[in-house]
This record gives sequence, structure tokens and C-alpha cells, in this order.
Amino acid sequence: MSDETITLYKHMKDLPSNRLLGTGTPMCAGCGGLLAIHQAYDILGEKTVFVNAAGCMTLLAVYPYTPFRGSWLYTSMASAPAGAQGVRDALDIQLARGRIKPEEDLQVVVLTGDGAAYGMGMSSTSSAIEHGLDFIYLCYDNEGYANTGQQSSPATPHGARTSTSTGPQGFGGHKKDLFAIWAAHRPAYVATVIATEPVDLARKIEKAKGLKGSRLIIALSPCPTGWDFDPRETVEIGRLAVKTGMWPLKEYENGKVTHTRVPPKRAPVEEYLEKQGRFAHLFHPRRNEAMLAEIQARVDDYWAGVEADHG
Amino acid sequence: MTRTLITGNAAAAWGARLAGAEYVPAFPITPQTEIIETLAGWIDAGEMECRLVTLESEHSMITAAGAAASTGVRVFSATSSQGLLYGMEMVYAVPGYRAPFVLVNVSRGVQTPVTLEPDHNDVLAARDSGFLQLHCATCQEVLDSTLIAYRLAEDHRVRLPALVNLDGFYLSFTREPVEIPDRAAVEGFLPPYDPETTRFHAGEPVSQGVVVLGGAYYSYFRYEQHLAAQRALEVYDEVAAEFAQQFGRSYDAVETYRSEDAEIVFFMIGSFSTKAKDAVDRLREAGQAVGLVRPRLLRPYPAEALRRALDGKKGVAVIDQNLSMGMGGVLHGELAGALYGRAGMPSVLASFIGGLGGRDIAAEEFYEMAAVTRRACREGSTPPPRLLYTADELRQMRKLQAVAHAERMEGKQ
Repeated sequence: MSDETITLYKHMKDLPSNRLLGTGTPMCAGCGGLLAIHQAYDILGEKTVFVNAAGCMTLLAVYPYTPFRGSWLYTSMASAPAGAQGVRDALDIQLARGRIKPEEDLQVVVLTGDGAAYGMGMSSTSSAIEHGLDFIYLCYDNEGYANTGQQSSPATPHGARTSTSTGPQGFGGHKKDLFAIWAAHRPAYVATVIATEPVDLARKIEKAKGLKGSRLIIALSPCPTGWDFDPRETVEIGRLAVKTGMWPLKEYENGKVTHTRVPPKRAPVEEYLEKQGRFAHLFHPRRNEAMLAEIQARVDDYWAGVEADHG
Repeated sequence: MTRTLITGNAAAAWGARLAGAEYVPAFPITPQTEIIETLAGWIDAGEMECRLVTLESEHSMITAAGAAASTGVRVFSATSSQGLLYGMEMVYAVPGYRAPFVLVNVSRGVQTPVTLEPDHNDVLAARDSGFLQLHCATCQEVLDSTLIAYRLAEDHRVRLPALVNLDGFYLSFTREPVEIPDRAAVEGFLPPYDPETTRFHAGEPVSQGVVVLGGAYYSYFRYEQHLAAQRALEVYDEVAAEFAQQFGRSYDAVETYRSEDAEIVFFMIGSFSTKAKDAVDRLREAGQAVGLVRPRLLRPYPAEALRRALDGKKGVAVIDQNLSMGMGGVLHGELAGALYGRAGMPSVLASFIGGLGGRDIAAEEFYEMAAVTRRACREGSTPPPRLLYTADELRQMRKLQAVAHAERMEGKQ
């Protein structure tokens, strides 16, 4: 993040303590996605309408309860951005005709998992960005179809065991680069975040909130049930995702990608992998040196590219 | 009274314009495109204050329509065939928002094989969705039904989206003289959209389309939608009466044509019913007591009005321009359900499938259907369902098959 950015959030103590999101949701203990939503919501505030696609977070609003102080619209797995289009357009029409006052306006926030964002909902997202739709997209990326039991999704990392990739090599595909796909549309803003870096997350949500146009954010969301780790490890695993360079924190704005946290000395990826049951087959009964080396090499390549870009 | 020569598609666009539609999520598909092109032209020329957005699919289009209606604006959209099917997940989802809007469907047969020409399998796939359905036979009816559909859908006793159906090509591209009412008169009939309590804006949070846990809660909301759709029957009668008073054109939920003293009636929906009317006139000239019964309203199903219209008739020739594979005609099955076990109802419901993929139904075929039905009444037995197809059509088909065979053989050498 550039130095001249004016931000309310420089240190942990600056983060809001308003806790807008209600408690008692049916999310799993240690859910990294809920943590990100909770932090983002404190900054976005209650003048929001969340437009949701099928996924874990669909279970946040179960009749007659909702943890949100603002509004909520469930659409379908594929078309949450189209729902956002309808809401935004209808708000604009009513603002233009004086039927609602400017202070009654809402920030339209699409909330989906990776299953919708990386796959089924990509066409409607592309359309929304192409229209220059004024909205925020928050994707909680738990790297699989977690709500149905962690089947492989287009966001699943190479080698991970999922309920549909149970062989010794795990998932054979590679995690799709959604950041690059979104950025290729040249929207107003794209960022990656993780709840275990709350200051970075807060500053990006703050920045997105202050911009107009399409603003899209991917939150890597450690998932105790899907990734197979103890819920108390969520924070540590999230930190390791950043420290090992597996989850680069970055943002796209005005045609330029900036890394907001460049790990000074990257920890080996296996520190991140060995804490998760979904990668246990890479270590037991014997180490799969080839695949560990392959995963490390991909991360090293990525950062070599970043360093080359930054001179 | 000035009448203008316009197509069914233009009539649908005029309906949206006169209704003061504020938002049109769109996606083009033959034979619907003229509707959205016409609206886009008016908007660009500043003649219509409305926002038209082309989404990337009908699935997104119907999502945006439901979302915008839930946010408080009057929404219009239009599609056809594969488009309706592509959006079908949302066709079933948005009625539960209880945020009304009007969707015009320009009927076209569904694949496979691919065709551009009409039948009713597309719109009947939306039969159980919660959308109300109005079926049109003329271009004037398309315009008027669009206005009626808004009043009906937005009535506080109903609050469900409505689908107005017109046949592709036969209505969509056919020019007929249409009286285009003036906007002031329409405003008297159709007040501005009242979103009631369903409206996204700051200060009054709303949760739409949420999950329920448990079949009893689910059933409650589904029953509510069903009961609202049923209430639309009486609301329709009120709205149609008011429309007739204001504009001088009557649209009963069930149209009857020369059926009061008829022994045999044709039963069908859509523009081909005008062919049936012509056949009725000819058969009447030949001394046969034949009539036509045409439901305009298919959802809610006007069962009581149909029983009144068919009371005392000997036989009904049900003509389905649709085909439920392995079952037969959808209208036939539904009508049988409405009449079965009731005193005074016709004992013969003969089923005919015809007019698929734009295939014509010739006058001679109407005469034949009447004759088959009359014979069945005399013999007291219901004939097996008939798939309309002529010997000449089969000969033409055989020719194509011979060509296909020759081409395949040539490819193998």
C-alpha cells in the first residue's frame, strides 16, 4: 500500500471494536471465512446489502435470524453479481427520481465462496465488472466446496487431499489465479486479504469502501473442517500462509499490482503444509519430496517474478 | 379510435412502455429480440425513462429482475425458449421473493433438435414455478395483457411475478392493427409500483430469499405462494373488469367462442386458437355445433371457469402444442384433473398433439379433430391420443432421411 494513503488503520489498536456481526451463527469453530467477514463488516458498516451465492455463508441468514444489522439477499450459486446489478440499478433509479434519499443508499456487497467466485459465478462477475458495476465482491476462499464436505473446486491447491481427490497425489489441478482474472477486467480495485493480517485487511476494505466501481477482494479462509486442522490453529495457519509466501497479499489499482506484505525471508512451504491434514499424505508414511519440491518451486517462481517486477 | 399496425413484439414493448417500466434487464434471443431493441431505441431517443442493462445470460437477467423488483422499481423483461430454460433456476427462485414484475416469453420450441419456431414446451416448463401465466392470441391482447399482468402481479393479495406468453413468429412477427392506449389512461388503470415492505434501503433492513430449516417452515412459505397464486383468480376477474370498463376490451380468464350451445369444443391456448375460431365458423356453417374454449390464464388455473364453460358439452378436443415425453399433452392432463368426477362434465376428452416447432394446424385437421371427438362421443369411448402428422409430411421426412443416409454412405467410402 502506497505511503501517501490516508488510513485510519495503522496498528491493531486502531481497528474498530464495534463488532457489528451478530454471534451464534452456525459456522464451524475456527472458520477463517467468518473471521474475515466479521472484520470487513465492522468497516463496511450496516448501510450494506449482502448479495449472497450458495455456499457456507448462505447459512448465516436462517429464518427468522440474521447476524447482519443491514440487509441480505440470497440469489443462487451462479448469479450473485447479477443480483447486485439489479439492486444497484434499482437504488440508482430511485435516487435519481428522488424516491430514496442519499442517506438511504446502500453499499452493495456480493458475498460468495470460491466455488461461486472461481467457477460457476465467473460469467456473471465478468459481466458486472464489464458494466462498471459499483459494488464490492468479497470472496471467502476456503479452497474447496466446503459446505458440501470439501470436494475439489477450481480454488483447490495442487496436491491437497479433498473428498473427491483422495489418492496419494491429492488434487491434480492447480489453484486458478482469480486475482489475475479479475484484474484483467481492469476494475477499480482488486485485493487479496486474510483475516490473520487484520490491519492489512482493514486498510484494503477501507480503501475499497472509498472507491467507486467494481472492487473485488479474495480472503483466503483457513477451514478447520475442510483442511483438517484443529480450530485453534486457524490464526497460526493463516499467518504461515503469508509467511511462506503461499498467499501473497497484494492489490491491483490503476493497472498496477502492488504487494502489501512481502515476507522478508520466506519460511519453507512445508511449515504451512504440515499443519494441515489435507497435506498429511505429503509427509506420511514417507515424505513426498518431489511434490514438496514442486510446491516450493512454484512459490519461489512466483516471488522471483515479483522481485524482478519491483527491481 | 386509432389503430396502428404493429407486431406482437412491438405490442409487448408498448405494454412495458405504457406500464412505465423503469428497469429492463435484457438478453437477446430469437424471436424475442425486437422487444428489447424497441425498448432500447425508445430509451436512447429519450422517449422512455428507463434503464436497460444487457446481462450476460438469462440466468443473470432473471436474477437482476427479481433483485431490482425487491429493491423497489417496476421491472420488465423478455425471453424465449432456451433462454427461459437457461434462467429456469431463477424462474423458480424469484417468485418466492414476492416482488412482482412482468416477464414476456415469446414461445419457441426447445431443443433437441434446434428450432426457432414456436410451441409451448418452453413456457410450460415454468408451469410450476410460481409465475402467473397469461397466454395471448392477438397482438392487441399482448399489449393489454402486459398491463393487466402488472396490475395482477402487484396486487397486495398476490405479489407474484407474471409471465405473458405470445407465440414466436405467428404473433411476434405478425403485424396486426393495435389500439395503443395513451399513457394517462394507463396511469389511471395502473398506479405506480408500490414495493410494500420489500425494499432494500438503509434504515429498514430486509433479508430476502433466506434458508429455512425444516419441512414445516418450508411448506408454510410454499403454501403461501400457492394461496397467493390462487387468490390471483378473483383478482384477475376484478382487474379484467376494470380494464374492460376503462378501455372497452374484455379479457375473461377463459375465452369462449360460439361454445354456449356447442356439443363439441376445441380447447387450446395461444395464437393458433384464431385458426380454431375460423374452423368453428366453417363447421357452424356446415351445421355442426362446435365451439372454442381458450384459457387466457393458465396460472392460476381457472378450473371453476373452465367447468362452467364446459358444463353440458359432449366432448372436448384438447389441442396441445407441447409434448410431455411419455405422457402426452400437458393441457389435456390438467383439464382432465379439473373435470374428473364432477357432474355435467363432458365424458370425452380427446387428446391431440400438434403445432410443434411452428408446424401449422390446417383447417382440415380441425375438422378431423372435431369428427374424431364427435365419433368418440357417439361410441362412448375416449380415443387414444393423436400426434398430428400428415402422409405428405412423412413423405418429405423420408426424403430427408434418404439424403442423410446417402450422405453418410458417401462419407464411408
